Amino acid sequence: MRIVILGCGRLGAYLARQFARDGHAVTVIDREREALEALGPDFPGETVVGMGIDAEVLRRAGIEQADVFIAVTGYDNTNIMAAEVAREIFGVPRVITRLNDPLRAEIFQELGLKTVSPTTLAAEAIRKCLED
Amino acid sequence: MYLIIVGGGKVGYYLSKSLLAEGHEVLLIEKNPRRAAFLIDELGTDHVWVGDGCDSSTFAQVGMNRADAVIAVTGDDEDNLVVCLLAKRKFNVPRTIARINNPRNAEIFARLGIDVTVSTTEIIQAQIERALPLRSLVHLLALRRGGIQLVEGRVAPGAPADGRPIRELGIPADALVVMVVRGDQTFIPSGDTILQADDELLAVTTPQSEPILRRLLLGT
Repeated sequence: MRIVILGCGRLGAYLARQFARDGHAVTVIDREREALEALGPDFPGETVVGMGIDAEVLRRAGIEQADVFIAVTGYDNTNIMAAEVAREIFGVPRVITRLNDPLRAEIFQELGLKTVSPTTLAAEAIRKCLED
Repeated sequence: MYLIIVGGGKVGYYLSKSLLAEGHEVLLIEKNPRRAAFLIDELGTDHVWVGDGCDSSTFAQVGMNRADAVIAVTGDDEDNLVVCLLAKRKFNVPRTIARINNPRNAEIFARLGIDVTVSTTEIIQAQIERALPLRSLVHLLALRRGGIQLVEGRVAPGAPADGRPIRELGIPADALVVMVVRGDQTFIPSGDTILQADDELLAVTTPQSEPILRRLLLGT
């Protein structure tokens, strides 16, 4: 699969390396060049420096051919905007968005975005630890 | 009308002030408590809400579902988009208006269903073009569907249009000169109208035909 990942923080870089190891064609976008360097010199995928809400930057990252777009910057609204552009403008078949705010995650999920909230996931995991 | 404005910076503050003066019901949402304190002093406590305009619980509390329009004027395009998407899709607000900084976002916002975008960059650019004789067409208005622009220009001496009837200019089919201002006269031209240097024209055009129109009218 062709996978475009927006945001090369801990989660973005981790996902990028995993997907690349599994043999997928991965492109990672981040506005900071230093963040992309965290992928390491042996990272087999592509990297693009730029703002993920800029359609031109997404195009340079090959969004038009992408099967999957994953938005995992630290800013919920940046992730929402990038995901909407990927879905509505470029017609990417599978778009997944990380949203820290559980409420926003719930609403945009209702509105048709596939959202993942680390806050909710962590809270559930912690509660489960206590139940066991 | 009940108007909700999100973002209490300079734009949001002055906009709220003038809309209040026009007698509208206005609520300005600002998330920074220190800025909000200033806004409450200036506008009154009934017209300011301290909270995150991208948070739907704020929206529920301020009665978003009865708003006639939501106007998002924070400094960040993505925040303005999220405000308008929530207003539109979750609360069915009839009119959503977003300020944008990157003019290229106008098309994206329109395709995502935002009703009106206001690009500060383009407004400033248009003002500069009007103030300086840059010999280009000034964009007055973009019509939302179909990308048609209303433009203004002045016929340059020696340009193809100078001294010739409009019919003979070869103006493309998707462009039209709709008004001529000559001295203190204003009229709607026909194909037989002979244009003169310094005539001020209003025209509608698609982006594709704009360079041709510019060459004919301005010679550039």
